Amino acid sequence: MVDIAVSDMSIPSDRLAAARSFSRSDARFRALTATAAFIVVAAFVGIIIALVSGSWLALKTFGFGFLTTEVWNPVTEKFGAVAPIAGTLITSSLAMLVAVPVGIGIAIFLTELCPRSLKRPVGIAIELLAGIPSIIYGIWGLFVFAPFFQATIQPRLIDWFANIPLLRDLFAGPSYGIGMFTASLILSIMILPFISAVTRDVFDAVPAVIKEAAYGLGCTKWEVMWQIILPYARIGVVGGSMLALGRALGETMAVTFVIGNAHRINESLFAPATTISAAIANEFTEAVGDLYLSSLIAIGLMLLCISFIVLGLAQYMIAILERRAGGRSQ
Amino acid sequence: MNSNLHRLAGILAGALLACASNGAFAADISGAGATFPYPVYAKWAEAYRAKTGVGLNYQSIGSGGGIAQIKAKTVTFGASDAPLKPADVESSGLVQFPTVVGGDVPVVNLPGIRAGEIVLDGPTLANIYLGHITKWNDAAIKKLNPNVNLPGQAIAVVHRSDGSGTTFIFVNYLSKVSPDWAKNVGAATSVEWPVGIGAKGNEGVAGNVAQTGGAIGYVEYAYATQNHLTYLRMINKDGVAIAPSAANFKAAAAKADWLSAPDFYLILTQQSGHDSWPITGATFILLYKHPPDAAAAKEALKFFTWAHSPEGDRLAEGLDYVPLPPNVVQAISKMWHEKIDANAVP
Repeated sequence: MVDIAVSDMSIPSDRLAAARSFSRSDARFRALTATAAFIVVAAFVGIIIALVSGSWLALKTFGFGFLTTEVWNPVTEKFGAVAPIAGTLITSSLAMLVAVPVGIGIAIFLTELCPRSLKRPVGIAIELLAGIPSIIYGIWGLFVFAPFFQATIQPRLIDWFANIPLLRDLFAGPSYGIGMFTASLILSIMILPFISAVTRDVFDAVPAVIKEAAYGLGCTKWEVMWQIILPYARIGVVGGSMLALGRALGETMAVTFVIGNAHRINESLFAPATTISAAIANEFTEAVGDLYLSSLIAIGLMLLCISFIVLGLAQYMIAILERRAGGRSQ
Repeated sequence: MNSNLHRLAGILAGALLACASNGAFAADISGAGATFPYPVYAKWAEAYRAKTGVGLNYQSIGSGGGIAQIKAKTVTFGASDAPLKPADVESSGLVQFPTVVGGDVPVVNLPGIRAGEIVLDGPTLANIYLGHITKWNDAAIKKLNPNVNLPGQAIAVVHRSDGSGTTFIFVNYLSKVSPDWAKNVGAATSVEWPVGIGAKGNEGVAGNVAQTGGAIGYVEYAYATQNHLTYLRMINKDGVAIAPSAANFKAAAAKADWLSAPDFYLILTQQSGHDSWPITGATFILLYKHPPDAAAAKEALKFFTWAHSPEGDRLAEGLDYVPLPPNVVQAISKMWHEKIDANAVP
């Protein structure tokens, strides 16, 4: 702040006025940004209040059983959230299982191994993948991928694993083309660009000096990748993956098209299932009765909780990684 | 997807109309509800506006939404594919009447099979949807189709994932023909399906059936004809195997005993008659006996009177819906005069 008592004598009045107006505009700026931040918090609190009050009827009626029963019966008005929660978690984890190694592979190729002339086209192609609307993925999945998958890959997978105990159940027929497995594959393609783009950026941020030092010591490309770059960039890799997981958990349209929308848990990954967001998108418009509507809002609340837990776990993982990195350097 | 676009268009149109009507008073009729009759309501609205200058702002938000909106008194009429039970109509102070009749058609995706080549009866269709019959060459299907070369393919059951009047008509039929279905699944605008793949909207079911080998699904008749899907013939209550057609929906509607059904609570599935298509259903309108806005209700009833005139009937037939028989239209008009406030009836 401006000290007026002293400045009266030494500072000309126009400069004093200017200084005062700076201080006023700074205060306004702070108020403006604080409001922006407050709006986000208010919106979040509002959403939570709306979700909790909306789902109150379902939670009160079914109690803890809402989280443990698989039944989803609009006729008898008995609802349980297990099937959509399981579908959400399984499809997202499977998608991550495919997308994380591939995404990291793409990032490694782009930053370390790719010829300079290929770097930009491949990079742009991956970023464009992130810009495709999810409904396009859904339509492509249903009209192009699913029939192809049903006719060629799926029967073969079923045959191959027919005599292997655990895999036999995971890849059991009949082949519908759409189902949990197809949804996971489509999801993995959708989240791939998030992982590879973020991972590429953090790989690029690794100081060249460190890499050159490693090469100077006689390390191979593989060793530099695994011993130097990945450990250096792992916090960014985890962050990018969590961003992708967040998208996978909430993805609605593309999943609705290819998952089969059935409120059941099946051993086979080829069977139709449902996710929380797909169930809400499908059923909200024609949900007759307060309890049905309330149950749909309640699974929405569950999705928020799941996202919250995932975010918390990510923070925890990053904290552990940072502590470990700090411990090693001492 | 489609209905979402329609709804969005409806909302935008509503907003525009609201802006436009600020200066001059334009008494638009407002309604909301069922998606099943949306195409014909939209067609009627367009023609009626051209004729009288009175528009209809109909939002196809679904039957559940329609019932909720009329109970909240935010619209002049609500529309529902599943009729409300007479006790419910009475306790809410509403009246209920049908507008048009349509039909559900089972469709399949089997290479080499022509439309109408396969015939099923109700119990077999129910057993497929219950998951008891899983292969196309099952003995029960073979018995009904001795001369058809049925593949050993697995049956991929496709059903609606959203609540819908189309589903209500279909599962109501299954409940009538299969005690097992009635006991374990029941009938509503959405049910807990024992097996199968869910798809959103008629277009979603049509798309999934077209993309999945060995699939069976059910769609509103217009979707089956417009997309050239392979439909099945069904054995009706009289034991006759018939193909779906507007004439056969009409036969089912004509057989129905509308006049003795309180509040027109009548579901047209499994009607007797040589030509009656068994999976037929009507769609309904809900209005207040003592409308909060009598002038608006009067406009709405004028609209439906026109819709049930020969001119409206022709438009409905053009979209493969079946108009109501004349005696039912008369009964509806009589009911209006008896139950609704006199200043709200044209």
